Amino acid sequence: MSAIAPEHPSAAERDPRARRRKKLREVLPLYVAISPFYLLFAVFGLFPILFSIVLSLTDWDGMGDISFVGLAQYQFLLADGRFWNAVGNTFIIWFLSTVPMLFLAMVIAFLLHQNIRFTKFYRVAFFLPNVTSMVAMAIVFGSVFSDTFGLVNSALTALGLDTVPWLSSPWGIKLTIAMMVIWRFTGYNAIIYLAGLQSIPTDMYDAAKVDGASMRQVFFRITVPMLRPIILFTVITSTIGGLSLFTESQVLLGNSGGAGEAGMTIVLYQYNQAFTQFDFGYGSAIAWALFLIAAVFAIINWRLVSGRGDDAAPRISRKKEARR
Amino acid sequence: MTALAPIPPKSSVDEQPRNRHYVARGRVSTIVTHLCVIIGVLLSIFPFYWLIVMSTSTTGEIFGYPPKLTFGSSFLENVRNVVSSVDLLQALVNTIIVSTLCAVLVMFFDSLAAFAFAKFDFPGRKWLFVLLIATMLVPGSLSLVPSFILMSALGWVGTLQALIVPGAANAFGIFLLRQMAAGSIPDELVESARIDGAGFFTTYWRVGVPLLRGGLAFLGIFTFIAAWNDYVWPLIVLVDPDRQTLQTSLQNLNSVYLTDYGMVMAGALISVIPLIGVFIIGSRHFIANIAAGAIKG
Repeated sequence: MSAIAPEHPSAAERDPRARRRKKLREVLPLYVAISPFYLLFAVFGLFPILFSIVLSLTDWDGMGDISFVGLAQYQFLLADGRFWNAVGNTFIIWFLSTVPMLFLAMVIAFLLHQNIRFTKFYRVAFFLPNVTSMVAMAIVFGSVFSDTFGLVNSALTALGLDTVPWLSSPWGIKLTIAMMVIWRFTGYNAIIYLAGLQSIPTDMYDAAKVDGASMRQVFFRITVPMLRPIILFTVITSTIGGLSLFTESQVLLGNSGGAGEAGMTIVLYQYNQAFTQFDFGYGSAIAWALFLIAAVFAIINWRLVSGRGDDAAPRISRKKEARR
Repeated sequence: MTALAPIPPKSSVDEQPRNRHYVARGRVSTIVTHLCVIIGVLLSIFPFYWLIVMSTSTTGEIFGYPPKLTFGSSFLENVRNVVSSVDLLQALVNTIIVSTLCAVLVMFFDSLAAFAFAKFDFPGRKWLFVLLIATMLVPGSLSLVPSFILMSALGWVGTLQALIVPGAANAFGIFLLRQMAAGSIPDELVESARIDGAGFFTTYWRVGVPLLRGGLAFLGIFTFIAAWNDYVWPLIVLVDPDRQTLQTSLQNLNSVYLTDYGMVMAGALISVIPLIGVFIIGSRHFIANIAAGAIKG
């Protein structure tokens, strides 16, 4: 029917109102199809976000009247030593975990890219930590790094070394959490780097070989610049993940963040203030502070990673020119 | 881009027989490569091994020195202790319900929207899609407090629908499936379905779903695992001790019965095993799609 329609416009199509009705009948199912996401987002995404702006301007414990306090929560936040301690902890743990994690991930990806056998098995094994629940694994790590009976301290004792108070000293706590993050996400990042390596055209390597480039030169002049967008992706996801660190600390150390709040992260502090102290106003202010920090950090990351890459690219071409 | 991937194996196969010296050196470096990789794999796997060791040992054995590195024989006793301490079985059932419903709803709603975005035109399509991508940039922790207040206003605090409904459709899945649909569903098929008089929903069901099967499987497994592991939100919203998920129930077990390590570990093992099963069954799809998502994104 509709195939012949353009040649013989029916009465319905000549009438503009009927045509509009027909058009509506065609597009209406499409809007119905996409509507669930937008409705859910409006109710459970957008509304809470707007509401949290309002909440952060109040002093509310969830019961009784809401009283507006203006920017007092933010003023308090700026002077709150516990908040800044949490910010410091979050950044230290982020740094301690992200740098070794991405380096190791790159090494693993490079090794898996060598056309060795069993790659499929290796990939599954490396990815496994990423899909398991952090609650269970934080409990396991808690026992492995336990001050008194932990496997790590037992091994140190057996080697005649001093034991380390992993779960009661400020640096021990941060290192243990960082190791959990490294354990969980190295394989994930390695798989992503591996896919990136596989997408680099082989003729680039062949050309470098013909030019007599060393392995190191190939790695730093071809592999790294070509992987730049993927490295940026992993740095950004690691930053978002690192800034929203919660489960590891909470399960390992409890709601207080351990001795001297050495393992208190920003999200744990938010949870602590909002859901154990029922200070909804302050909890919301912390959430917005975190959002601001994350946004600034994302921009810095972007600048750093993309800036360095821009320098590297022309250097290759200059080298090639010089050799000719 | 990924179509180029099969090229490297071929070139290395060509090179090897040419030069015996090269082959020998290649063999040594292959062994070194395997050794390095295996060390990494052992570090990845070890916590799981250790979890099994601890959950099969008595607490006395776990606290002992030197530590016992092999499996014990107290697993059933530990499980019995878990079951009598917290209602882990109910938590397991709750988790299965939540994860399965989340996965099914996300697969349905996301593919429906993705199919519409990929293969049909309608006023506002472009900016609605941009809006969808923008929502992915909003961090979840921003809305924890107001979402809790919303749930209590709806009377959903302590219920499972508080975990299911808000995540029934998501931008990530729509984006992912739209990219797949745009690449893998030929316009001719959609057009011929239209000529045959099929409406949007019939076309979706007859043409879209069968051709998106791979992407749907990935999205289903991904959503299932994410819902299974979700911790912060259930911790906040499931206030009723009789209605918990595995993760929150496990944390209760951990904080209340801290001294009985064997039992806590048995609980942890129960919470992890089904997930590992699901992952290993779907691992091929899963890993390839995770990687492809990062490359294209």
